[in-house]
Amino acid sequence: VAEEEDVEQPGGIRSFWTGTITFGLVTVPVALYTATRPRGVALKMIGPDEAPVRRRYVCSKDGKVLDADEIVRGYEIEKGKFVVVTDDELEAIEPRKSREIDLRLFVDADQIDPMYFERAYFLVPAGGTNKAYRLLAEVMEKKKQAGIATFVMRAKEYMVAILAENGILRAETLRFADELRKPDDVGLPKVPKVAAGDVKKFETQIAKNAKKVNLREFLDDYTERLEKLVAQKERKKEDIVRAPEEPGDDEGAGGGEVVDLLAVLSRSLGGKPPAKRASARSSAAKARPAKRAPARRASGARKAARPKARSRRS
Amino acid sequence: MAARAIWKGVVHIGTLEVPVKLYSAVQDRSVRFRLLHKTDKQPVKQQLISSDTDEAIEYASVKKAFPLTRGRLVMLEKEELEKLEPKDTRDIEITRFVGYGAIDHRWYERAYYLGPDGNAKAYFAAAAALERKKKEGVARWVMRDRSYVGALRAEDGYLMLITLRHAEEIIAADALKPPAGRPLQAREIQMAAQLLEALHADFDPTQFRDEYRDRVMELVETKAAGRKPKVVKFRPRVKETDDVTDALAASLAGMKKKAARG
Repeated sequence: VAEEEDVEQPGGIRSFWTGTITFGLVTVPVALYTATRPRGVALKMIGPDEAPVRRRYVCSKDGKVLDADEIVRGYEIEKGKFVVVTDDELEAIEPRKSREIDLRLFVDADQIDPMYFERAYFLVPAGGTNKAYRLLAEVMEKKKQAGIATFVMRAKEYMVAILAENGILRAETLRFADELRKPDDVGLPKVPKVAAGDVKKFETQIAKNAKKVNLREFLDDYTERLEKLVAQKERKKEDIVRAPEEPGDDEGAGGGEVVDLLAVLSRSLGGKPPAKRASARSSAAKARPAKRAPARRASGARKAARPKARSRRS
Repeated sequence: MAARAIWKGVVHIGTLEVPVKLYSAVQDRSVRFRLLHKTDKQPVKQQLISSDTDEAIEYASVKKAFPLTRGRLVMLEKEELEKLEPKDTRDIEITRFVGYGAIDHRWYERAYYLGPDGNAKAYFAAAAALERKKKEGVARWVMRDRSYVGALRAEDGYLMLITLRHAEEIIAADALKPPAGRPLQAREIQMAAQLLEALHADFDPTQFRDEYRDRVMELVETKAAGRKPKVVKFRPRVKETDDVTDALAASLAGMKKKAARG
């Protein structure tokens, strides 16, 4: 189930699912955190009066301004006619799957076709002890296994692969088989016999350009150009305005403190927050958004974001 | 029913060209809800307002700004932002070819099928060559004012393009410290490995269905008919494990019993 719009924008970085992984009779209490940062830079919207723009919800019929508690979720059964469903009702449909990821199947991790992967989350131990967590991570990583299950999060069911890397468990949501088209569905022609000579020509070109992965290719060059422009304008003191900081506007959950995903995760995993956060912030502040930026494009993050060359097929 | 192509381009592999059409390989089947006003059950809409005066603002009059520190903002004109956008081309540049698995699956975002757009010979030859070489290409292209990085792959004789996330979006697992604790005992590791082995099978995605989707539709129909939906309470199936070793031993014993019963 996906909403067309969210009433509440998720303010900070918080776990949005807590529950239990089970395998056999072993339970592993965990909390789920996103493993990806948002794409690009979130620009602010400023109105003609130079004040920041906010969004609000109004009724499309009577124009009344609505608070979050005046908004419900509905399914359109026929044009203009809706059936309201509540969060409680949605959770009651499949209560077990909203709390448990029951691993009854383990597969070789490299058997999962990349086209299935949708989104990655880190799993952080949430119980009193982390022994079961460490045990599962250790064994799965060593044996290059992925646990497969389905679970329900935010009123939607996901197929999920649980993987371990560097002692940390990850949940990667997978698309369901019926959400992926086949070449037939798209209407592609049947694969014909291909002439060996034509294939050879391509093989030669492929061999010529075989190289290692270079992370630089994966950098977001639009954001880079944007940051350059901003730095330039800041240096020349061009078009700088001041806006009052809005309460609740902060990305961080830590009461106005700058919080970044890496720090939150480090803390939750029981490690210390990354060192030199403050200095990363001040140097980052030169050309970066005040909030949300620090680890995002700081040089550390770039290094940290390096894709790992892994031999999944070894 | 044939799908509609969403874009056309030309894949450049070294000196060779493959004209292609792009089709989405993903179709979202989630149940779509609308947000409604509680009292009159009418859809809500979003409105932009000034945070200063609460007055409604037309989207056309909104300007963009980049937030700096201490509440300062750099205003950015529309023309300035447009100038930053990449230039539209029809070229899908393959910058390099890498081995399977070199691009971690966390980078993959969304899959597209490529179909031949004329010159089917080159299209199928390229797919066959990728398959034989066991390689995927790193692709760069600009589509609708946005630049993309993707992986060009062969799949059952066809070409696919999977968009990749940007480097900044990914947190590497080794940037984080794993949870620490007392060393695990060899016996526990061995038992856990046995349990995993007992649960091991081939990956067959068709085994898993989105049953929740059906249940949501059932709920909607029940309510539409004016009936009260059944409420099921959650009862944890198993207690939280306090002794991992015992739980592992019990799991393995249970499996043996099941296997013996056949």
